[in-house]
Amino acid sequence: MPDAPYLLSAVGVAAAVTWALRALPFAVLAPLRSSPAVAYLNSHMPVGVLTILSVYALRDVTPRVPGRVWPTVLALAVTVGLHLWRRNLLLSVLGGTAAHVALVGTVFTG
Amino acid sequence: MRMTWSKGAAGVVTAVRDVGAVGLGAFPMGMAFGVLVVHSGLAWWWASLFSGLIYAGSLEFLLLSLVLVAAPLTTVAATAFFVNVRHVFYALSFPLDRITGRAGKAYGTFALSDEAWVVTTRTGAASWAGRRILGAQGVVHGYWAGGATLGALAGGLVPAGLGGLDFAVTALFVALALDALRARPELFTPLLALGCALFARFVVPGQLLLVAFALFTAGLLLRHAWRVRA
Repeated sequence: MPDAPYLLSAVGVAAAVTWALRALPFAVLAPLRSSPAVAYLNSHMPVGVLTILSVYALRDVTPRVPGRVWPTVLALAVTVGLHLWRRNLLLSVLGGTAAHVALVGTVFTG
Repeated sequence: MRMTWSKGAAGVVTAVRDVGAVGLGAFPMGMAFGVLVVHSGLAWWWASLFSGLIYAGSLEFLLLSLVLVAAPLTTVAATAFFVNVRHVFYALSFPLDRITGRAGKAYGTFALSDEAWVVTTRTGAASWAGRRILGAQGVVHGYWAGGATLGALAGGLVPAGLGGLDFAVTALFVALALDALRARPELFTPLLALGCALFARFVVPGQLLLVAFALFTAGLLLRHAWRVRA
């Protein structure tokens, strides 16, 4: 278990970087507003960053542990299906997580 | 005194109404985060600290997984940067000029979360004065931190052996990616990102996020330069 000083530093670093990203642009973004490269990054970043974060969240799923792969694949299908159907973020997250918890706890207990 | 109280209460009611369902969604998401915090073995008040001080939903979920493996602070900083760099662009539209005073501006930028940005830049919000903007931001902040605290306190009641709860993070990112894809239906960018992420996952698994983000940004800039020339 990580110790308190380390955890506090991590919270401090994350909070400082986040606030800087939210506050500093008001001062420095004005001259960049017209930059086509910035506009291009702005419009293309979100989907890419979220794709990378999805892969990161799934990094420990390997075919060598089938008991982990199937609940994940099925829960992903539930999440994507719910989201395409209802477009409700909360519903998709809760539905997918509930499916995963149920599958891990019952069918794939190994 | 009574005057001030009723005025304050009316302000809160207005803020809650202004924020509506967009901000209210932060509450159950915060609860999920709180449950995950205590199930990771941390004390409940870490959930309040994370959600109150960092106040950036997806980063907090990620940070939790990072600190549990004692990731170096440089990785924490790089992750915070790449996950939240999108906020840089909120400065283009957030009405900070309507907020007066140092403290107000400081809180206005600190609490500029995705939901707060959506709420305060909607068409109906164009006439809001600074206090009303800050009130709405405070309510969203309260929903998130309150939800996280409540989830952490209630998390002890959820069976400790309940496996699979961490899937919430995966589901969150996948659903948000689908939303982003719907906003800009084009396959090159997500495929480029997927390629970078898988490369990093198998070649440098210890630095997955850093390497994937760097490769992806470089790839986007190259593509932009190529398109400008062509």
